[in-house]
Amino acid sequence: MRDTVTAPVISARGLNLTFQTNDGPVHALKDVSLDIAKGEFVSFIGPSGCGKTTFLRVIADLEQPTGGEITVNGMSPDAARKSRAYGYVFQAAGLYPWRTIAGNVKLPLEIMGFSHAEQQARVEKVLELVELSGFARKFPWQLSGGMQQRASIARALAFDADILLMDEPFGALDEIVRDRLNEQLLELWARTEKTIGFVTHSIPEAVYLSTKIVVMSPRPGRITDIIDSPLPRERPLDIRDSPEFIKIAHRVREGLRAGHLDD
Amino acid sequence: MRNIIPVLAVTAALIALWYAAVVPMNAQWAQDQARRAGTDLTLPALIADTMSQQRPRLPAPHQVAQELWNSTVVEEMTGRRGFMNTGSLSNRSLVYHGWVTLSATLLGFAIGSGLGIALAVGIVHNRAMDASVMPWAIASQTIPILAIAPMIIVVLNAIGITGLIPKAIISTYLSFFPVVVGMVKGLRAPDAMQLDLMKTYSASGPQVFSKLRWPSAMPYLFASLKVAIAAALVGAIVAELPTGAVAGLGARLLSGSYYGQTVQIWSALFAAAILAASMVALIGVIQRATLRRMGMAA
Ligand SMILES: Nc1ncnc2c1ncn2[C@@H]1O[C@H](COP(=O)(O)OP(=O)(O)OP(=O)(O)O)[C@@H](O)[C@H]1O
Ligand SMILES: [Mg+2]
Repeated sequence: MRDTVTAPVISARGLNLTFQTNDGPVHALKDVSLDIAKGEFVSFIGPSGCGKTTFLRVIADLEQPTGGEITVNGMSPDAARKSRAYGYVFQAAGLYPWRTIAGNVKLPLEIMGFSHAEQQARVEKVLELVELSGFARKFPWQLSGGMQQRASIARALAFDADILLMDEPFGALDEIVRDRLNEQLLELWARTEKTIGFVTHSIPEAVYLSTKIVVMSPRPGRITDIIDSPLPRERPLDIRDSPEFIKIAHRVREGLRAGHLDD
Repeated sequence: MRNIIPVLAVTAALIALWYAAVVPMNAQWAQDQARRAGTDLTLPALIADTMSQQRPRLPAPHQVAQELWNSTVVEEMTGRRGFMNTGSLSNRSLVYHGWVTLSATLLGFAIGSGLGIALAVGIVHNRAMDASVMPWAIASQTIPILAIAPMIIVVLNAIGITGLIPKAIISTYLSFFPVVVGMVKGLRAPDAMQLDLMKTYSASGPQVFSKLRWPSAMPYLFASLKVAIAAALVGAIVAELPTGAVAGLGARLLSGSYYGQTVQIWSALFAAAILAASMVALIGVIQRATLRRMGMAA
């Protein structure tokens, strides 16, 4: 049972971010306000360059907003980062080539000072979770792109942060593998009650996974629609053929189209 | 092993070229000798003579090889002052002179690589060092080593430091530079995403260094160590020239040129080349083993 009355885990108010570039300022985020409650699965969807990655990076304290306010777990993003509040999955797997898969997953555990036994146990557990148990001793180049991406998800899960930020983690994968990973991700989310921020370009993926869908549009990057999904938390893959699903997907598509018409 | 044939072919071609050059280079002297003795030289006799002179302008390959063999194995095994007779290396053997130079080379190389790595770490982590050290490092290498080596040796001799240390300092002077350049590049090799990942873990500076920057720099380190060790050898040899040192490959080169012992000069040169090649090959072996263990087959 989730208590939606509690303070939001992530709260942004009138967030602005302008990059100063050589060809003038780029308004990557304009007046972004959003609350994300504990245990929510929030998808960000929108055309390329609308500021999805930038917003995720602001939450993770990898980018400093030029205006507005944001809190994570009631603290500044900087403090939240230092208390190791989130795992971040980048757009590319970004495994360290000189470490085995197990070694890569172990990296955050080593840095955070987990005991040897604990490291071992956690590596085994998360590798099993992403179905890579047999590949612990392989090096990244010996794995397919999809397996590497799964390893990078395992790496983000290993230290059990409450918040998981994922930037198009399945962008480069084929449809079937993607379905499979989507199912796994939902299972994981249901089991762990994590709060997840998830960037995607795929409407079905966003609708299938999310309790909240944030539609964004570019120039300047802003939120054009926030859709709270009425779908149940338990979601078999064939829910995608249900009328509710199709209705939400339609609304997302309308939102994206409206953003485009502004150009 | 499949590329051994081209290597052998090139070597054979070079040796053939060398032999071809020996005849015209030494023919003058052979004919002068013959005229003085009032004899006439046939062509075969002339060619044979050019390849067996005591002090040829250009010694033939087999003369150099013979001298290398005599001044190493033969001298140590059977020489009066050789290892077999006295239990210590003969001061007439290239093994002895090679070791004198090698010890200075290795000491200078160790200090030079250590210094190079330390400077690179400083440059990468400290803005002030980044702006100030590199120009000086580059400037240091634009001064001809032949000009600065005698000064360093003489100054150190004046304050009573002789022998190994001054030579090692010249080696250091030449070998730190490639390591600085390579390691600065290597320690900066991690891309923005790899660094961001560390930031999301809130990793400390030393952790970012040991778990990201240092392993990323490994391929660069070995590449620069290979250059550095060859430079260190050059430094040690050059350091032996200006003071008329009595031991070392540099000393052999010098005494060879005083007494017109071209065969001795050439064999010392080859000994130096063989030494350099073996050291570079040794680093290559360590490099391959290390990178293979790191999953980065070189
Ligand atoms: N470091 C930066 N410096 C300058 N401009 C930037 C920087 N990062 C992003 N931008 C600009 O900010 C805007 C938003 O970029 P962002 O990466 O957030 O888009 P996105 O929605 O993630 O796009 P995509 O779907 O292609 O990944 C773009 O116009 C981009 O050019
Ligand atoms: Mg992006």
